[in-house]
Amino acid sequence: MSFVPGQPVTAVVERVEIQKLRQGENLILGFSIGGGIDQDPGQNPFSEDKSDKGIYVTRISPKGPADLAGLKMGDKIMQVNGWDMTMVTHDQARKKLTKKREDVVRLLVTRKSLEEAVKHSKCSYPKH
Amino acid sequence: MKQERRDRHRSKNRDGSIRGEKSVVIQAPGESLLDADSPREDDRDDNWGETTTVVTGTSVDSISNEDLTQLSKDSDDSSALECRRYISPALGAILGFVSLITPLAFLALPQLLWRDSLDPCGTPCEGLYISLAFKLLILLISTWALFLRPPRAALPRFFVFRCLLLALVFLFVASYWLFYGVRVLDPRETDYRGIVGYAASLVDALLFIQYLALVLLEVRHLQPAFSLKVVRSTDGVSRFYNVGHLSIQRAAAWVLDQYYSDFPVYNPALLNLPKSILTKKMSAFKVYNLGEDNSTNNSTGQSRAMIAAAARRRDNSHNEYYYEEAEVERKVRKRKARLVVAVEEAFTHIKRHQQEDAVTSSPKHPREVMDPREAAQAIFAPMARAMQKYLRATRQQTYHSMESIISHLQFCITHNMTPKAFLERYLVPGPTLQYLDSNRGRRWTLVSEEPVTASLRQGHVFCLRRLDLSLIVTVTPLPFLHIAEEFIDPKSHKFVMKLQSETSV
Repeated sequence: MSFVPGQPVTAVVERVEIQKLRQGENLILGFSIGGGIDQDPGQNPFSEDKSDKGIYVTRISPKGPADLAGLKMGDKIMQVNGWDMTMVTHDQARKKLTKKREDVVRLLVTRKSLEEAVKHSKCSYPKH
Repeated sequence: MKQERRDRHRSKNRDGSIRGEKSVVIQAPGESLLDADSPREDDRDDNWGETTTVVTGTSVDSISNEDLTQLSKDSDDSSALECRRYISPALGAILGFVSLITPLAFLALPQLLWRDSLDPCGTPCEGLYISLAFKLLILLISTWALFLRPPRAALPRFFVFRCLLLALVFLFVASYWLFYGVRVLDPRETDYRGIVGYAASLVDALLFIQYLALVLLEVRHLQPAFSLKVVRSTDGVSRFYNVGHLSIQRAAAWVLDQYYSDFPVYNPALLNLPKSILTKKMSAFKVYNLGEDNSTNNSTGQSRAMIAAAARRRDNSHNEYYYEEAEVERKVRKRKARLVVAVEEAFTHIKRHQQEDAVTSSPKHPREVMDPREAAQAIFAPMARAMQKYLRATRQQTYHSMESIISHLQFCITHNMTPKAFLERYLVPGPTLQYLDSNRGRRWTLVSEEPVTASLRQGHVFCLRRLDLSLIVTVTPLPFLHIAEEFIDPKSHKFVMKLQSETSV
């Protein structure tokens, strides 16, 4: 998940589709994000590489739409509805997630356990 | 009711001795000690007992020229009081003169009286002569610099330190003369060198006394120790000043010095509430007397009832005050705008005449060359009306006569001032000093519960009263400062980015 500036990023991602829940006037997703290119990456408790300025999920409200869709705490969000989330400011990320006209967001998230799972599955197949 | 209480209070002051409140007179020079109420002053002096009016404005070795000219001005006053005023400076002058002459006398007398039997004294004596001469010169110069100043205030009582120093000098010189008379003149001492050394030691001691005088009179009160709050009773203008350890009368003189240059001039025309608002309140109720005939009892009952009823009634006068004040301010601002424009325009009519213009201006249209006075009169006309209306709106018209405005205009033109500089005198009420005519002295009364030679202490309150206003002075000590030290390494200034912000979506 570490990136080198200028080089393409490769990651194993999971597709998560969250239906927004209407609460009064707002559509909420039920999780909190942290990070962004204007924030301090050293404070991120979830990132492996402390220079990673991506958007991370910091908190999931239990039984909220995100929880039901399978989003986990510590996930790094790579895309939201096709918009890139690896090089955005915190506010831009918030805006992409809270568009009033869309009531469903499709996220591409990555987490460390995904890599492990893929590696595991690679190893378990003997190469013929 | 309040008026009669105030009168009673004032008459008590005139007797001067009841209940420890002593009122004494501070007076600046230039005004006669006695004006219209002169016979009353004489009676008061006889009754005063311990409050002597020794007026000292000078110090150890000094002559007050102002006092002497003062004496010539007031010719028809009773001479007793005037003499009392000049005794102390005269005493100081005599003492100073004597003490300066003494060393020379010490040297001269043996030479005159028994020259033949004196031991010859060569080089050491000459060295002592030189040092004596220079020390006397220094003494003379420093006395002139420090003490020969015209007094600026006539204080009501002895200046304790000055009297102390005068007494010290007198004792000193007297004891030296005594010793000299007994040990030198009587037995006709022949050791001349010893006599010269004795005179030199006298001059040394005089220099030290002068040092003591310098410290006591000039230096001691320089370090600030008290903060005085001065409030003017008529319109509430207040200032804070820091002073050192002074006696009450000296502090009063100092405060008055600052008053004349710091406080804006008191304008009795600018009162608190316009009369229309105040009188409206009172005249709203009429009280009818139903049948009873004891009118004496009812008067207090009536007034009480009126006051109670007026208090209960819904009070709208604050509203009227607010609107009236807004109206007045608007009017003043409008007139000020007109004045500023008029003055600016007037100033454009005039230009300083350069010497080279004389050559280039055509002979057909010779420009009239004016001196400042005529120039001022020429441009005064267009702005006169606007100026008058403005002064009337701010109620300053008594302070500025047309003559004074023209002369101020002339002054500004001569010094190339801009219209704004010309106007600053009229737009802002200046300090009182600006409006004084300087040849008249100012008469103030110091009212205090403590004796006026006591030094300042916390909680003292004294008043300086004049006919139309009074200044109330409160003394508070300056706080003791605990100053601690903290060292900051310049390399320790480091910064980090803020904590990550978390947004819930």
